Amino acid sequence: MKPISKVVHEIPASGIRRFFDIVSQMKDVVSLGVGEPDFDTPWRITEACIYALEHGHTHYTSNYGLLELRKAIADYFVRTEGLEYNPENQILVTVGVSEGMDLAMRAILNPGDEVIIPEPSFVAYKPCISFAGGVPVVVCSYMENGFAVLPEQIEAAITSKTKAIWLSYPTNPTGAVAPREILQKIVDLACKHDLYIISDEIYDRLTYDGQHTCVPMLPGAYERTILLNGFSKAYAMTGWRIGYAAGNPDIIEAMMKVHQYTMMCAPITAQVAAVEAIKHGYEDSEAMIEEYGQRRRVIVKGLNDAGLKCLMPGGAFYAFPSIKDTGLSSDEFAERLLFEEKVAVVPGSAFGECGEGHIRCSYATSIDKIEMAVERIGRFVSKLK
Amino acid sequence: MEKQILKILERDARTSPEQIAVRLGATVEEVSEAIKKMEESGIIRHYKTIVDWEKAGKEQVFAFIDVRVSPSRGVGFDDVAKRIYNYPEVHSVYLVSGDYDLRVVVEGKTMREVAFFVAEKLATLEGVLSTRSSFLLKRYKVDGDVFEEAAAEHRLAVTP
Repeated sequence: MKPISKVVHEIPASGIRRFFDIVSQMKDVVSLGVGEPDFDTPWRITEACIYALEHGHTHYTSNYGLLELRKAIADYFVRTEGLEYNPENQILVTVGVSEGMDLAMRAILNPGDEVIIPEPSFVAYKPCISFAGGVPVVVCSYMENGFAVLPEQIEAAITSKTKAIWLSYPTNPTGAVAPREILQKIVDLACKHDLYIISDEIYDRLTYDGQHTCVPMLPGAYERTILLNGFSKAYAMTGWRIGYAAGNPDIIEAMMKVHQYTMMCAPITAQVAAVEAIKHGYEDSEAMIEEYGQRRRVIVKGLNDAGLKCLMPGGAFYAFPSIKDTGLSSDEFAERLLFEEKVAVVPGSAFGECGEGHIRCSYATSIDKIEMAVERIGRFVSKLK
Repeated sequence: MEKQILKILERDARTSPEQIAVRLGATVEEVSEAIKKMEESGIIRHYKTIVDWEKAGKEQVFAFIDVRVSPSRGVGFDDVAKRIYNYPEVHSVYLVSGDYDLRVVVEGKTMREVAFFVAEKLATLEGVLSTRSSFLLKRYKVDGDVFEEAAAEHRLAVTP
């Protein structure tokens, strides 16, 4: 047979997949490797979906998504950020933020266009750029800067081919939150060089020390920013696959064009549930966020006590300690930790080359398990010395 | 910080001040001091254990007794309630709105024992007009705790 697509062929297999395969063969593993909430979806949300199904909500929706949901999203942004999006043509409901990323890239990129992307960051960004014919240009963020990328680094990476800058704060896997001044300088660069900004803010609500900075709120950003967000993290709705993109009408229409021919619409079941979540799920999600905030302190103290230098993450539910002092690569560390102490973490290198020397520890798991895991990690690290 | 401490202790009274301090980013002294103050002022009444007595093999029946009361001069709801709650058989007593006035939870070894207690002690109290008894058959959720085996982990063990 003829070979498969060159672009697809050249995308390396996910570094996480290998670990998943090993872990699923093992028993009694404490997993800090999970990138989703451990809470089940709040019952009121699930129940709203069951009710809608029983009452015949089983059909297609508008390509843009249920108008009721888009209106609720628009209201949410007015209420929380003072940010105005017209629900008729500035909001597109997607199948998770994952689809939103793909649509954004396909809507704005021509072959050879460059997208600047800070790493370590979520595993899907680079492939999405490549699938759309673009060229990812990586800039590294470092522990010394709290894992926030610096505007100078972005500026140095800008060429005549640059089309967009991709931001994602709070960040998976580092938990980094970028200071407002830094984000503003990046927005200024985007204005100066006429670049799009993709801002994946799926962890916006999971910000623990102070206010989240919503990128399109920054002066100069609104027109050129595609805001990607969704329901997975704040409302524990990962499996529902429901997200949205918001931005200026031309971009959203372009994204809708791809979406209507490839996805048609997001599942109505999840859209109905999302309406309930955004209208009435606030307290449920606040309770979960408070719990993550407490676990965050437990895991960070535990990791530091275990001898792994770890910053206090400002958001998301990941700690990203350094393992450089152990002399192991992050792959070796994660694999030996799994076999010797039955704790699953994800090697930092899975999130880009500059994640090497770190491991990602998710604290979307119960405090009891976190305490057990850091104790085992401590034992493992002391054996290495 | 007090409310957060209370929430943690309400869920698990055995969480140590050291553990609470880490979770809240406070010092152990601050947490211990706050707990002590709340114990002294009665915000924390006491610590107890939620027991699944059925699992422990104890024969035990509970009944919810709705009591209609006719308060009279000098004998209000509080007085009737007090005469009821002083019996050790009485597990809890609430003043409620609706057709009945007091909701009494009575504990006994057998249904017969509980039925006799109601007939002889509760129904005959001065001011008690009528009672309605319902026996507890199964506990699904008590004080926020669901009484069934924890569901299996539905998540994949490692995901991006």
